Amino acid sequence: MLTMPAISLGAQKLITTEGNISFFSSTPFEDIKAENKKVIAVFDPQTGEVAVSCIMKLFHFERALMEEHFNENYVESDKFPKATFKGKIVNPEVLSNKTEQETEVEGTMTIHGVSQLFRTKIRITPSVGQVIVKAEFEISPTDYNIQIPQIVRTKIAEKILVKVNMVLK
Amino acid sequence: MSHKYKICSLLVFFGTGIYAQSQDLSNILEQLESQQEDNTVTATFKATRILNGHSIERMPQGQLDFRIHHRFGTLNSGAYNLWGIDAAQTQFSLEYGITDWWMTGVERSSYEKTYEGFFKFSLFRQKTGNASFPLSISYLTAITIRTQDFPYIDSLQNNDNYPFSARLAYVHQLLIAHKFSNRFSLQISPVLVHYNMVTLANEPNNIFALGLGGRIKLTSRTSFNFEYYPRLKTKGIPSEYTDAFSIGFDIETGGHVFQLILTNTQGMTEKDFIGRTTGKWNKGDIHFGFNISRVFNINRR
Repeated sequence: MLTMPAISLGAQKLITTEGNISFFSSTPFEDIKAENKKVIAVFDPQTGEVAVSCIMKLFHFERALMEEHFNENYVESDKFPKATFKGKIVNPEVLSNKTEQETEVEGTMTIHGVSQLFRTKIRITPSVGQVIVKAEFEISPTDYNIQIPQIVRTKIAEKILVKVNMVLK
Repeated sequence: MSHKYKICSLLVFFGTGIYAQSQDLSNILEQLESQQEDNTVTATFKATRILNGHSIERMPQGQLDFRIHHRFGTLNSGAYNLWGIDAAQTQFSLEYGITDWWMTGVERSSYEKTYEGFFKFSLFRQKTGNASFPLSISYLTAITIRTQDFPYIDSLQNNDNYPFSARLAYVHQLLIAHKFSNRFSLQISPVLVHYNMVTLANEPNNIFALGLGGRIKLTSRTSFNFEYYPRLKTKGIPSEYTDAFSIGFDIETGGHVFQLILTNTQGMTEKDFIGRTTGKWNKGDIHFGFNISRVFNINRR
C-alpha cells in the first residue's frame, strides 16, 4: 500500500531535490559567485511540464557577509523565501530522442515576489528513467524589482549569469 | 532510486494529500520544499556590537573584522574643546570567526590603555518552522588588562607595589535576543564584571548589570539602535558612577558597517562602560562617537 503510489508516481514524474543552480556577477571591481545544490525540480515527461523551486537561503557564497547581504538587502529571503519557475518544454516530442539536444522552455519565472514571462534555451538529455537538464541564461535584477544602491552599482553586474544543471530521476 | 525512496517516504508523511493531487506538479514541489527550508533566523543585528556592548551576532568562519571605535569628549565641554572633538578615545580591534559559532578578538583601547581579549560562543540560534526556537543565545567571556599607571597617591604606593593581577578585570555575559520581525530585534544581556582591584575599601569588586538593547530597522541598510546597562546592585559603589545609556544609527555599505553613537560613557570595553560610566544625560555629558567595522575574507569556505 505504501509502495504503490510511489511506483505509479515514479513512472510518471521525474524529480530531483539536489539540482544545481549557480549564478555569477562579474564586474571589473568584484566577482560574485553563489551556488545552490538543493534545487527542487519536478518534470512530467508526458506533457513536458516542469516546475522548479530554489530556496534563496540555500545559495551559498564564498563570503558569509555577501550571503547575508544577498538575503537581507537584495532578494529579501524572509519575505520571499524562494524563486520558482513553472512552465513547459515548447516541443515535448524531442523527449523521444534519447540523445543530448537543444530545445526551449517557456513559463513564469518568479523571483523576489515578481513574476515574469520567461523563455530560454536548454540542453536536455532524456534517457530511461532520467533526464539531464542544462541551461545558461541571464537575469536582470531590475526586472524583478531587486534594488541595487548607487554605492555598490560598480560591484554588481547589470546582468547576472545563471547556470542550471540538474539530473531528474 | 534514492529519489523514489524520498517520494515514497513523503507519501507516508503527507498521507492522502499528495496522493489526491499527484497530478499537480506544484503540489509535489511544495511537499518537497517543506522538507528543506532553512529556518535559522539570521541578521538579528547588523554588527557584533549593538552600540558599546556586544550583540548575539558573531563573525562567521574565516572572516576577519577590523574595528575602529571612537568616542569624543562631551558635547557640553564648550567651543574651546570643539564640543568634545579634541578629547577622543580610540579603540582598535581585530576579531575573527574560528568557526561559525565561535569567535575571538583582541582589542586595544586608549581608555586606561586597556588591552582586552575575548571569546564569544553562539550557543543557540533562533529558528522558525517545525523545530522552532524563539531565542538566539550567545555567551561572551573577556579578560581586560589596564596598562596605564595607577595615579600617584603617596611615596609608599607607587606602581611597583601593585601586583599585575590588580590590573585585570573579567567579563561574563549572556546575550539573549529575539528577532520579532525584519524590523525589530530586542536583546537582554545579563553581565558580570569583576574588577580585581577597586579604588575604595568597601567598594564591591563585582558589578552586575542587566543590559537591554534593540534595533529598529529604518531601511534595508540603516537602523536605529538603543542600549541601556542598568546596574543591579549599587550599594557601596561611588555615586559618581552612572548607568550607560546610548542611542545610535547603523549604516551598512557592502563590507563596512558604520555605527554613529550618542552615549554618556567614553569607555568602550565592558569594564569601562558598565562599571565606570560617569556622564549624565540630563547634564549634557553626552559623547558623540562612531564604530567602523570592515570585514575581510581570510579563509574561503
